[in-house]
Amino acid sequence: MITLEGVTKTYRMGKFEVHALQGVDLHVAEGEFIAIMGASGSGKSTLMNIIGCLDVPTTGRYLLDGTDVADLNEDQLAKIRNKKIGFVFQSFNLIPRTSAQHNVEMPLIYAGESGRAARAREALGAVGLADRANHQPTELSGGQQQRAAIARALVTNPAILLADEPTGNLDSASSVEIMKLLANLNAEQGRTIVLITHEHDIAQFAKRVVEIKDGRVVSDERKAA
Amino acid sequence: MNIFEAVGVALNGLLSNRLRSSLTMLGILIGVAAVILLVAVGNGSSVQIDNQIQSLGANVIYVYPSNARAAGGVSQGFGTGQTLTQADVDAINSRQQDPSVVAAIPIASSAGQITYANQNYFAPVTGTTTAFPQVRNYDLAEGSFFTEDDLAARHRVVVLGPTVVTNLFGTADPIGQTIKISRQSFRVVGVFASKGGTGFGSQDNVVVAPITTVWAYLTGSRGKVIGQIVASAASPSTVTQAETEITTILLQRHQISDPTQADFQLQSQQDILNQANSIAAALTLVLGAIAGISLVVGGIGIMNIMLVTVTERTREIGIRKAIGARRRDVLMQFLIEAMVLSGLGGALGIAVGAAVARVLPSIPAVASSNFPTPVVSGPSVFLAFGVSVAIGLFFGIYPANRAARLHPIEALRYE
Repeated sequence: MITLEGVTKTYRMGKFEVHALQGVDLHVAEGEFIAIMGASGSGKSTLMNIIGCLDVPTTGRYLLDGTDVADLNEDQLAKIRNKKIGFVFQSFNLIPRTSAQHNVEMPLIYAGESGRAARAREALGAVGLADRANHQPTELSGGQQQRAAIARALVTNPAILLADEPTGNLDSASSVEIMKLLANLNAEQGRTIVLITHEHDIAQFAKRVVEIKDGRVVSDERKAA
Repeated sequence: MNIFEAVGVALNGLLSNRLRSSLTMLGILIGVAAVILLVAVGNGSSVQIDNQIQSLGANVIYVYPSNARAAGGVSQGFGTGQTLTQADVDAINSRQQDPSVVAAIPIASSAGQITYANQNYFAPVTGTTTAFPQVRNYDLAEGSFFTEDDLAARHRVVVLGPTVVTNLFGTADPIGQTIKISRQSFRVVGVFASKGGTGFGSQDNVVVAPITTVWAYLTGSRGKVIGQIVASAASPSTVTQAETEITTILLQRHQISDPTQADFQLQSQQDILNQANSIAAALTLVLGAIAGISLVVGGIGIMNIMLVTVTERTREIGIRKAIGARRRDVLMQFLIEAMVLSGLGGALGIAVGAAVARVLPSIPAVASSNFPTPVVSGPSVFLAFGVSVAIGLFFGIYPANRAARLHPIEALRYE
């Protein structure tokens, strides 16, 4: 599903070159639930941006669902993000003053697909928010907002679900609730999930934990099923 | 994303900040309303001028003496000549060579202090013949016009315009009364009906007497001068033909072979109308241009607020890009927002401008003044709407493009 080969990323900040990633090799198979861990500055955000097709590697290859995305232009990347990646962000990132229903429909609008209202309701139902469809983000609790965001991520039926610190802004009860939801999606629907976090107890929900330090993979552990 | 969804997204964006959207719209609204109203006033004054000139008679032709030539061919100023004679008038009136002309009259102009009892008034005095009411299109309100007998016997009789009557007699009946013009006594035999003209040398401020009387008593020392000949054509459409015929007759009679050397000049009402219209058109253009400035100011207001909006919604743009919006989608969203702002503002501006144009004449202070009734023209409405949408497009492109070019990672990180 995801194959990274010798991926590096170098930023230029003024006169200095920052080597955020220094040769990452990673393979994620379909149906995996993988957590990527690392302290701030370890390069995990950069790795997430590349896996999420928000950015392209400086060198190396990135195959997503069989497509090499290293050489795509901005609009082609937008299309890949739309079709193959579902984002879940730390700060939920729902569009303000817009109902949950409409937020979930948004990726389908950009994809130009039909039957949007029904599909959005279905996705909201799958995360247990069917009765909150017409509420605006400010009328939802943090946990509910994050579930709406997960519904939005799932509505296009993407190849991977990319969750960037999904519990970072939630209390511990809501955090557990969200992580159970993600674990269920993986266990029952076989969703491929990539979780970025720096918290060990959150990472425990994943079946595989990869640790990043100074732009390199330093450990890769699979949990016995 | 199709256009309806794009409009929906844009409307949603505008509705989420109603006060700001309405204030921005107000800028365009005022600009468009000003354009509509000022162009309507320009058009209205054009119509007013047209009507006044038409009231002089659309089929009237004026013949003026031209530059007199001193010995040696040096031409003197306009109107200095005394080249028109009663014989010229008779020749034009004979209609042998000029079937398009209905009648022609000589005019001898004078002016003088007019007194009645203790009232005192200064007015132009016109000496002419009995065809004057027909040629100049005057109706009599009271009494009658002077007769051929009056003309032949140089009777001291006058017909007054209503303005003169009001100033000398107030509400008293002037018929049969004796007034003095330059200390000569004249008897009032008739009063003209008002032609309703205002300004522009009012048609109601006239004193008309037989030309023979004017020569004898008022212009005496200058002899039998004819200041101009006024001829009327059968209809406005035969004016040009009549002009040609009169020119031919006068060139023959004055024995001039080269028309460029003519010692007279013709001017038809149409010429005056054309001149007045070109002045009115320039006036309308100037008024429209002044109002157009406020439209540009409104457009800058839109650009300003769109830039603020784009900055404020950087994060939203990042989210949209992350879930698959392409540059084009973001560009369209903000461009449509700008165009909805300006288009809606324009439509409301047209409504407000047209409403004010409609209400204005019924305000007493305006109605009593000589202010022209505004005429809202169809083309100005379409043009104003088109221009306001175009302003949204023009001033929206830069902010929308700025939004479209945002990098998703940086936009998502923006707080």
